[in-house]
Amino acid sequence: MKKNSLQIFSEPNSHGYYGEFGGAFIPEMLYDNIENLRQNYLKISSTKKFKQEFDLLLKDFAGRPTALYFAENLSKQYNTNIYLKREDLCHTGAHKVNNTIGQVLVALALGKKRIIAETGAGQHGVATATVCALKGLECVVYMGEKDIERQAPNVARMKMLGAKVIPATSGSKTLKDATNEAIRDWINNPIDTHYIIGSVVGPHPYPDMVAKFQSVISKEIKVQLFKKTGSQLPTHVIACVGGGSNAAGAFYHFLEEKKVKLIAVEAAGCGVNTGFSAATTLLGTTGILHGSKSLLMQTKDGQVVEPHSISAGLDYPGIGPMHANLFKTKRASFIAITDKEALNAAFNLSKSEGIIPALESAHALAALSKLNFKKNDIVVVNLSGRGDKDLNTYMKYL
Amino acid sequence: MNNKLIQLFQTENKNLLNIYCTAGFPKKESTIEVILSLQKNGVDMVEVGMPYSDPIADGDVIQASNMVALNNGMTIELLFKQLNSAIKKIKVPIILMGYLNPVLQYGIEKFCTHAATAGVSGIILPDLPMYEYENLYKKYFLQNNLSFINLITPQTSTKRILEADNQSTGFIYAVSSSTTTGSTNLGENKKEYFEKISSLKLKNNLMIGFGISNKKTFNNACKYAAGAIIGSAYIKALAKNSNIEEATNSFIKTIR
Ligand SMILES: Cc1ncc(COP(=O)(O)O)c(C=O)c1O
Repeated sequence: MKKNSLQIFSEPNSHGYYGEFGGAFIPEMLYDNIENLRQNYLKISSTKKFKQEFDLLLKDFAGRPTALYFAENLSKQYNTNIYLKREDLCHTGAHKVNNTIGQVLVALALGKKRIIAETGAGQHGVATATVCALKGLECVVYMGEKDIERQAPNVARMKMLGAKVIPATSGSKTLKDATNEAIRDWINNPIDTHYIIGSVVGPHPYPDMVAKFQSVISKEIKVQLFKKTGSQLPTHVIACVGGGSNAAGAFYHFLEEKKVKLIAVEAAGCGVNTGFSAATTLLGTTGILHGSKSLLMQTKDGQVVEPHSISAGLDYPGIGPMHANLFKTKRASFIAITDKEALNAAFNLSKSEGIIPALESAHALAALSKLNFKKNDIVVVNLSGRGDKDLNTYMKYL
Repeated sequence: MNNKLIQLFQTENKNLLNIYCTAGFPKKESTIEVILSLQKNGVDMVEVGMPYSDPIADGDVIQASNMVALNNGMTIELLFKQLNSAIKKIKVPIILMGYLNPVLQYGIEKFCTHAATAGVSGIILPDLPMYEYENLYKKYFLQNNLSFINLITPQTSTKRILEADNQSTGFIYAVSSSTTTGSTNLGENKKEYFEKISSLKLKNNLMIGFGISNKKTFNNACKYAAGAIIGSAYIKALAKNSNIEEATNSFIKTIR
């Protein structure tokens, strides 16, 4: 296949760079673990044994493939063809489990006995606790104190699954701070512990590893869309971006197909310029957070700014380096959706399609009203998760 | 300009005491008073932390001092102003320690030039990988005669220790055990790790840090290295007593 550009969007170079973003900016205390992972993640995940077990667990445990659902009522509203990739139907209720199955198998192959994770919405924490329970691994999840409150059902689930949930009480008490605490735990426990990062962030090789485990989403979309429409390629793929793992998975196999428009949706919070926002590409500049160079919300002095979003999973001041590169090269377009717009979209989907989406996914749905579609367009929205965890928030607006 | 840190190691390489403080802690204007108090009490070098919002290698105590300093309005720019204002009084070698992002936003080239002008001898940036340093930034450190100090840990391979040694000037910072700062368990079987480092006959002197908090741990570390670095324990002392002179004086007395 001929490519008119040399840029490959899906793969980082050998130092973990997507264009100018990526790398591994870690203190020496983490070097050995990260290097061990870098040298082995591709080797491990390409063995026959790994592939068989990964595929089987995705199928029988996580319930894949997830449906690609033609949303007839929504399509009528927007006068186009809208398909929902139903990651909300995955076991545990979001796409996060694709990654945790993959990483737990990697951790086992590396001989690790203890798993740590950070979580925002709690979906990654639940998905990690779930697979750890299945494999009999000790599991510790760090979660911001504020998120523990607003995502209470997921905290209970993690506990029931046998995980220990430790509150992060510094900074904005959300995802960024939970990630700091998880990294500190790893520094203190380098031998027996593997850190399962929940998004396409962190030092190389995490962004690539997580993107590859999530890429099953777009792999399935291609097959399913072909069966339904006779074409493997949609005109648009829309996904929300916290760190960017569900978007990376939904975009992955379309990244080099320039005809497919990729739309990444960030959380504008109360509004992009209100000081209460998490719209990283609009508000961010190049910086380093959690081990990679990417776009980052920061002051001119390089201090990280505390973000805001109604959705815990999007309440993060950074974005994965792959997405920073998609933004910089304009391969994807970025839209910011406010808390209010996301809430409206969540209620609209619930009433018109009978699906209660996660607040994160509601941001992707809200982007539909910001775009112009042709009647024959084929639009895929990645419905990254279900809304049960957000009922506390939704109930305030009933 | 002469590098005071390198001069120090030319005349002394035993029982050296390096104390860490956070710039702008406890008060915005405390930086110089803290450095001069340490100097007066015979501390051999001072590591000045540039505060950061997300110090991932630090434990509670230094995290808290970073937050206080940031809330006080501390910045790198201000730190250079403070250092410049006291340049004649500061005789003790100054090492700046911080995370890469604020330095990157300041601009690395400008940072190195301004640091040298302000009389700084060495820089520690724990999250700047050796590979990036070598390719992008080394020239600025060399141009300004600034020591670049690498960290090693019990997990660092021999090959990598030698690389770190090759790249470092001034000293090698040996992290005593696998911890964030402020931990009190200076593990038991460290003897082996330190002896292994000694046997490598590195070109740089060794300073041991993390988990050094009192006379006993300081003396023990000094058996294997040119000296040791104390951070959290001193920050705690500063947090407890608002009289910086007094706090420093009585703290250093407990060490040596
Ligand atoms: C349902 C759902 N969607 C999206 C996200 C955002 O993460 P990412 O951008 O990595 O997909 C989360 C994170 O918690 C989530 O739970």
